[in-house]
Amino acid sequence: MSSAIEILVIDDEPQIRKLLNITLQSNDYKVKEAFNAREGLSMTANHPPDLILLDLGLPDESGHIVLEKLREWYTKPIIILSVQSNEEDIVSALDNGANDYLVKPFRTGELLARIRSLLRSSSTESENPILISNDIQVDLAARIVKRNNEVVKLTVTEYNLLALLVKNQGKVLTHQYLLRAIWGPSYINQSQYLRVYIAQLRKKIEDDINNPLHIVTESGIGYRFV
Amino acid sequence: MTVVSFILSDFIDYKVVAFLLLVTVSLIAMFFDIVPVLLAAFLSAMVWDYFFIPPRFTLAIQGVDNVILFSMYFVIAFVNGALTYKIREAEKNINKKIEKENTLKLYNTLLNSLSHELRTPISTIIGTTDTLQEEKEKLSESNRDELINEISKASLRLNRQVENLLNMSRLESGFLQPKTDWCDVNELIYDVVNQLKDVLQNKPVEIKIEENIPLVKLDYGLLEQVLLNLIHNAAIYIPKDAVIKVKATISNQNKLILIVEDTGKGFPENEIYQVFDKFYRLKNTNTGGTGLGLSIVKGFVEAMKGTITLKNGEKSGSIFTIEIPTELAHLNDIKHE
Repeated sequence: MSSAIEILVIDDEPQIRKLLNITLQSNDYKVKEAFNAREGLSMTANHPPDLILLDLGLPDESGHIVLEKLREWYTKPIIILSVQSNEEDIVSALDNGANDYLVKPFRTGELLARIRSLLRSSSTESENPILISNDIQVDLAARIVKRNNEVVKLTVTEYNLLALLVKNQGKVLTHQYLLRAIWGPSYINQSQYLRVYIAQLRKKIEDDINNPLHIVTESGIGYRFV
Repeated sequence: MTVVSFILSDFIDYKVVAFLLLVTVSLIAMFFDIVPVLLAAFLSAMVWDYFFIPPRFTLAIQGVDNVILFSMYFVIAFVNGALTYKIREAEKNINKKIEKENTLKLYNTLLNSLSHELRTPISTIIGTTDTLQEEKEKLSESNRDELINEISKASLRLNRQVENLLNMSRLESGFLQPKTDWCDVNELIYDVVNQLKDVLQNKPVEIKIEENIPLVKLDYGLLEQVLLNLIHNAAIYIPKDAVIKVKATISNQNKLILIVEDTGKGFPENEIYQVFDKFYRLKNTNTGGTGLGLSIVKGFVEAMKGTITLKNGEKSGSIFTIEIPTELAHLNDIKHE
């Protein structure tokens, strides 16, 4: 294939780069590697890739700053790689324009799923108002949600929340982002609303609310619709 | 003391006063540094001379007896002060030594359990990769898959140990500040059980959560780790046919009560009080473990101002009960926007 999708990996650890390189190549992606922030930025500028995997802990410059610099002009997906248990780091990266994140050590299957979902959503830029995920169908034009072809009755807030999650299918949305978008800026610390509405939505669209398959919790960070 | 002696000076001999002053110097030597102690000895001598040795209220001393007495007092006060101080120093050093030995003991236990807990998975990984690289032709497909699976299991185990160590150092640093936010208890418990589904294979978990349980304002990450460690612990120590039960309720005093119990063998009664100690591992256990899991549980619960207790069940098994005070948000209040 001549038009293979190009992914740029910016990470200073040679082992991680090699692992990502082999994994991605064997899934038919074209891989380029940068070992620090400077190289990463210049490689992106010279030949913009279709997606960037960016490590937050780079030797010459913080990944957060690289992310900000990239987001001044680069609009395609960026996935953040971070070390364990640093929720604030992740949340701030997501708020600064990262599309998704993975915590090291991560599973390859998960990485590939994230990449696929981001590439899908960035290529289609949906003009199609009907979005489908397994048994759930959301018609954004008619504001109708169907589950197994039966209409699900939702309140206005429930619908707005679900629509926002569905529009960003596969992407994690932070608690604060959701609260601001649905309830308004004065509610960003009122996470109890979010908890309650997520629980109610799950009751209506999940088979087993205790094992949710559509609205997935990203502990300490936010929610993701899959 | 001087004042008391002064008031009594009409009734007691100035020689007795000397002894009273000496006692004072000794007392001071027990609590203060060397400079103030010597200063006190000197001052006490002056005070004695000035106020008590006749002629009183002068520094002059009359009579050979009194001169000898005064010089003796001077020497004794100094030696007394200095000696008491020395004894105190020596005691301090001994205490330091004991403390050092204790830390050393702790380090040794840490290193022993660590080298076992980290080396086992590491040797699995090294050995397995060696076999995979060198015996390519001879390995059957199923054996190869099994070896790869072993590498995967070993690295997950390694990862869990590292996580425990990181959590421990978070606790030890003393800077652990819970980040409270509204948590859905249902979500929390099912989330943890889902995360542990590989470990929980064939070990049923019964979950009982109070109906319409309100949201609690606690640190989700800490609660998650507490439950992960408790349930994981139960899962690896209980026998095959045992059951794990997780219960959640809210008490009348606005406390979240979490109970993790199992129908396993329980803990030996004489060791129960030690199970939350760092690096403590039950005697006669074969299963691996650094002895960090339960001490992290206790540390995290206490960081949220809660308590945890362990007792054995009436018939069998063990019961961990956690109580944490919390703000509550009732769902019905929120639904009416």
